[in-house]
Amino acid sequence: MSSTPLLGTQSLDARYGDFQALFGVDISIGAGEVVAVIGANGAGKSTLLKTISGLLPAPREAVRFDGEPIGGLRPGEIARRGIALVPEGRRLFASLSVEENLCMGLRSGRQGPWTLDAVYALFPMLRGKRSQPATALSGGQQQMVAIGRALMANPRLLMCDEISLGLAPIVVKEIYDALPAIVEGGLTTVIVEQDVGLARLMSNRLYCLQEGRVTLAGASGEVTREQITRAYFGDTQEHAR
Amino acid sequence: MIGWLNTIVQGVLLGGLYALFAMGLSLTFGVMRLTNIAHGDFIVLAAFGAFAITSQTGVGALGALACLLPLSLAFGYGLQRSVLNATLARDPLPSLVVTFGLSIIIQNVLQEIFSADPRSIPAGSLATASLRLVQGISVGVLPVLIFAVAVTVAWSLQWLFARTAIGCVFRATSDDRETAELMGLDARVVYASASALAFAVIAIAGVLQGMRTTVSPADGPGLLLYAFEAVVIGGLGSFWGTLAGGVILGVTQTIGFRLDPGWGLWLGHVVFLVVLLLRPAGLFPRMR
Amino acid sequence: MSAASYRIERGTHASRVAGIIALIVVAFLSTAPWWADSGWMREFNEMACYLIFAMMWNLLAGYGGMVSIGQQAYLGLGGYVLVALGNFAGMNPFVAVPIAAAAAMVAAFPISRIAFRLSGGHFAIGTWVIAEVLRLTVANISAIGGGSGTSLIALRGIPRATRESVTFWLCLASLAASVGLVYWFLRSRQGLALLAIRDSEAASASQGVDVARTKLWVYVVAAFGCGLAGALYFLGNLRISPDAAFSVNWTAFSIFIVMVGGIATIEGPIIGVIVFFFLNRLFSDYGTWYLVGLGLLAILATTHFPKGLWGYVSARFDLQLFPVHRRLSRGDDPRSAKARA
Repeated sequence: MSSTPLLGTQSLDARYGDFQALFGVDISIGAGEVVAVIGANGAGKSTLLKTISGLLPAPREAVRFDGEPIGGLRPGEIARRGIALVPEGRRLFASLSVEENLCMGLRSGRQGPWTLDAVYALFPMLRGKRSQPATALSGGQQQMVAIGRALMANPRLLMCDEISLGLAPIVVKEIYDALPAIVEGGLTTVIVEQDVGLARLMSNRLYCLQEGRVTLAGASGEVTREQITRAYFGDTQEHAR
Repeated sequence: MIGWLNTIVQGVLLGGLYALFAMGLSLTFGVMRLTNIAHGDFIVLAAFGAFAITSQTGVGALGALACLLPLSLAFGYGLQRSVLNATLARDPLPSLVVTFGLSIIIQNVLQEIFSADPRSIPAGSLATASLRLVQGISVGVLPVLIFAVAVTVAWSLQWLFARTAIGCVFRATSDDRETAELMGLDARVVYASASALAFAVIAIAGVLQGMRTTVSPADGPGLLLYAFEAVVIGGLGSFWGTLAGGVILGVTQTIGFRLDPGWGLWLGHVVFLVVLLLRPAGLFPRMR
Repeated sequence: MSAASYRIERGTHASRVAGIIALIVVAFLSTAPWWADSGWMREFNEMACYLIFAMMWNLLAGYGGMVSIGQQAYLGLGGYVLVALGNFAGMNPFVAVPIAAAAAMVAAFPISRIAFRLSGGHFAIGTWVIAEVLRLTVANISAIGGGSGTSLIALRGIPRATRESVTFWLCLASLAASVGLVYWFLRSRQGLALLAIRDSEAASASQGVDVARTKLWVYVVAAFGCGLAGALYFLGNLRISPDAAFSVNWTAFSIFIVMVGGIATIEGPIIGVIVFFFLNRLFSDYGTWYLVGLGLLAILATTHFPKGLWGYVSARFDLQLFPVHRRLSRGDDPRSAKARA
């Protein structure tokens, strides 16, 4: 892990109106890592990703990307700098076809290995459906389109928000089988996952959030089940190291 | 019988003009859910702008339009960016009040500058030339030209939205503004661009209206209502639908006028209300 | 530490004072026919009509979330029904005023079936279309004067002083009743439901609020108020025409009054109409520029002072003269109205 993290948050708070969702969250993601963020519903996992991607406001210095403060920047600006979010619930563009959805990723203006052909190579079943309206696809295929769309932005940091949500286990496996191909090029990835086992399997390190606070941080291979259970449901605060 | 056919033909041609009025409204509502109460007044403003250019410089209508087009693109972009973007929200009130205020301002400023007299833009021989289709049915060259322009604009907008990158951007931003921004877009710029395009269509509609008939400062609201009715009758989400809506409105009005001059406009409004009651989504809606 | 007792309060000290002052003012004004001149009374009547109409627009838009540009449909309807009842049915026009208002209200039921097909900006323009339909319909009926209008002849037999006095009293009473009714309505459960709907339709529906019915009732009540304003206006004006009765300027002025005065408050339109009256007095001679000014002010109010004059005052001084909201206060809370000096 390099000394300066690719992404770091510092005492990050986030609010929805009067409701505070994050309390002083400190995380750091090193280049090339796959980091999982786990926690119960409402723990603040999606809020964290939304704040990093600019959908929610943050103080300028609270989020740093590649050494630069990006807190409070518009989402479009953050996307152009190389952070791509696969949003919770996929949020494909209903009026656009599969291919048009994928091509929206190009709007970030960034160059890189992820082209249309590369995405179709990753998810071959999409090629045959490229002209169909995106919402006509099954849930799993839509998730592939959403991931492909984010990849087309050729980001330096990919954030996936609950990509297993609402999908059958076999479909989830199919999607996560593609993860190594995504990561092997060195793409730093953050995955928010409800499924703790999957999260541990797929990641190098993990954070656990509980009611807006980080309750556990450690290497995925080393944290114990007990530690996770305590951190998940909120017993004591612990660090694995 | 031939008389009725003639009425319908004239109505169809009138409908082309109404469709042109409606295109800009359809565009801005489609992309950003903005209802611009001053839409008709901007058409009148464009017509007076063309009138001012032609009367001051002696340039013809086409030349006036050529001057107005870049002006309207810039004006639409600037207005959206500086004033209207801030009014876009879940609550329709701010945009309605602001555009209503603009409507009042435009009408009164125009009246102050040009007085309440009706003006028209010189169309030369176009104004009177006509073609005889069959015995009993003659069509003016200008109305046919206007209809052709309406079809061209509808086709162009449809093509733009369906086949070009910017059209893709418009549709995506309209679907989901937040996610579009996640892609790297700036919704403020997207909306301003859509507005610029709408104002270009407004300029075209205004010049043609001024050539076809006279314009007065107070005409705006009437044009807004025709545009609105054409959009709703045709159904949201489709420019061809808007063209159809305009034609239906035009035909209804001309039939109404033929039955009794006092009831022409009334019939148009009533048909609109009936369509609204029976088919609230319009006659040719696209999925939206 | 003892458990504090909680109480739901609504009145504020200021509101009690304001209420007493309002009663005194109304009582004083009711003596006006004895000391005021006709011109003054006529202006008052006119402003009363503007205020009632604006309050109805406020009820619809500020509280109901329905922005209408077509309320003049009901104003015109009220005016014409009054004239028709007076001229053709031989009814005493003073008696006909509430009936005309009721007629407008009745018309609102079928009209709502069409209008409610639309929402947001489309609803706004759709209501305008409906007003236009009514204008064109009336303009084509020669029995009531067609496009050039007609006069209210039923008042011809009554001595002028009596006519002016009764008209004035009717306007004053209608104004007081309208303010009182709106205030009462908003404090009721229907009013609470309305505020909930405005904030979130989905949430309030899930709490058992009948959204459709509440909206319909607000629309219908607003129609009554607009019809009342119309009947009163043309009672005083004695002459009616489709362009005057169904003019969109009514809505334009009430938008100004409400946005500048303060939307979604009862105090706001009252402030707004006072401002409007003075601006009218001072600047209406400037014709078009005066109207441009009104338009600019309305825009500025919306973009920079969305809560209007009263909203600013109310927030700054924590003042409410017509408190609608319920406050939860502790028994020992020094800020509660009872404890306030």
